[in-house]
Amino acid sequence: MRAPEIFHPHPAPPYRALPYPLATIRAGISGFPSPAEDYVGRTLDLNERLVKRPSATFFMSVAGDSMEGFGIHDGDTLVVDRSIDARPGHIVVALVDGEVIVKRYELIGRRPYLCSGNDRYAPIPIADLDCQVWGVVRSVIHEYPV
Amino acid sequence: MIGLVDCNNFYVSCERVFQPHLEGVPVGVMSNNDGCVIARSNELKALGVEMGMPAFELQQWVNQGRIRLLSSNYELYGDMSARVREVLEEFSAGVEPYSIDEMFVRFDGFDAATTQALARTLYRNVRQFTGIPVCVGVAHTRTLAKLANRAAKKLPGYHGVCVIPAEGDETRHLLERTALGDVWGVGRRLVERLAIQGIETAWELRNADPKAIRRRYSVTLERTVRELQGTPCIEMNDIDEPRQRIMTSRSFGRLTGDLGELQAAIRQHAQRGAEKLRRQDSQARAVYVFLKTNPHRPDLAQYSPGIIVELPEPTDDSRPILAAAQRGLIEMYRPGYRFMKGGVMLLDLLDTNRQQLSLLDTPEHAAQRERDHQLMATLDELNHKMGRGTVRLGMPRKNAVWHLRCAHRTPRYTTQWGEIPTALA
Repeated sequence: MRAPEIFHPHPAPPYRALPYPLATIRAGISGFPSPAEDYVGRTLDLNERLVKRPSATFFMSVAGDSMEGFGIHDGDTLVVDRSIDARPGHIVVALVDGEVIVKRYELIGRRPYLCSGNDRYAPIPIADLDCQVWGVVRSVIHEYPV
Repeated sequence: MIGLVDCNNFYVSCERVFQPHLEGVPVGVMSNNDGCVIARSNELKALGVEMGMPAFELQQWVNQGRIRLLSSNYELYGDMSARVREVLEEFSAGVEPYSIDEMFVRFDGFDAATTQALARTLYRNVRQFTGIPVCVGVAHTRTLAKLANRAAKKLPGYHGVCVIPAEGDETRHLLERTALGDVWGVGRRLVERLAIQGIETAWELRNADPKAIRRRYSVTLERTVRELQGTPCIEMNDIDEPRQRIMTSRSFGRLTGDLGELQAAIRQHAQRGAEKLRRQDSQARAVYVFLKTNPHRPDLAQYSPGIIVELPEPTDDSRPILAAAQRGLIEMYRPGYRFMKGGVMLLDLLDTNRQQLSLLDTPEHAAQRERDHQLMATLDELNHKMGRGTVRLGMPRKNAVWHLRCAHRTPRYTTQWGEIPTALA
């Protein structure tokens, strides 16, 4: 199988740096180098902060209210890292019966459950389910209307 | 040692990462324009569906819900391929993509005793990090690595990872069981010629005298023999070199003889071609434009012209390329024919950084070139950020005949914000 063309988009979104407060390069007309010169070009990059491993990081949007107790709201964007092995306490994206869901992976007693952050939804025991962890949620992005 | 990592049913696997319900279902991916099957899941292969089978022949199964056919989603496949490569690059500085779904990985500098464990880690990590299942074959040469990979894929005992030493019983058994036609670089013609000489398996070829092979056949086959013996002879230096020509073409959705529609199609192809050209930092010296009528419609008049238009100077600017393509089209267009396909090929490419300036070059020229360069860079950036076709030269028509038919394309899960997958909460 050979594609007619090979795209090479970067797995992470393009580098989008926030401008670091730009200091004037020269101090006045004297021509002395400004002490800020050493810092030119240093910027803050949200990708660097949120995306630890670009090759294994995927974005997903959230539909539903069951995770509001964990600060995950309908319409939020999840940053999901597949390179992490899920441990109890992690928020995970899981495949249950062919569906993609986001829940908190917990041990109750010594049995594994997928738990919601909303009292209206009971924990789901995964012992007798066709369940697979797809990835671990590293962060959630909640945007406010402005 | 060198490893070959090959993604299993790559296009289908990419789709399944985001559509888990497709697991276990016979799935096929169709070519541009939903013409024929270009990728198959194991389940679809088991149903006897061949590569290149026309999609309409499978329509009944699709309607019955027995199989699923998807339009190709190259943006997704390209991104997933880059991710696989990135995972491999965490292990080795020598990763060489061989195609969109196959990559060679150099194991230089690692203790030979750890090769098996390392190969197993590659196998596991690519699967876990990207969701793409792969097979890994490792050996002393690329030709043997290819064979090892094949064994890893076909023989369940290997569980997806096969490391073969240059010597030993395992290697011997494997080569004895490999037909010549499955050896990298041995084509059908060669298989026939070698069979006459009594060489039918990879093992027999390995034991042939390389010098005699060279005299009788070619240097290339001699290299294959040495590679089978465990001496690396094939390098892939050329693999990263930019392509020497760029082709963009497509069948129209329906036959058309309308000059306006043809112009719109050629305009689109020329722009896509120029974009690819800039992406690989090349310039074209000439533009080849062609049209094709449908050879399977003998009732219609046939006319499949092609014309090469030389560019005034090598360029990667969309505008002269487009102008040249349009000139070629006008030149060869004759009314009364109904065309099925059209396209643009950019020829005789050269490296932008080695561009020769004309003797008549002036500072004004240089300034103009800089402005042109910026305009094109802006154009590419806008199209990259906002989606292909945001900024175009001229106005392509809506619903034009050449629009890609991709009725069953899945969302571009990893490259468009508006199309990322949804997790139910």
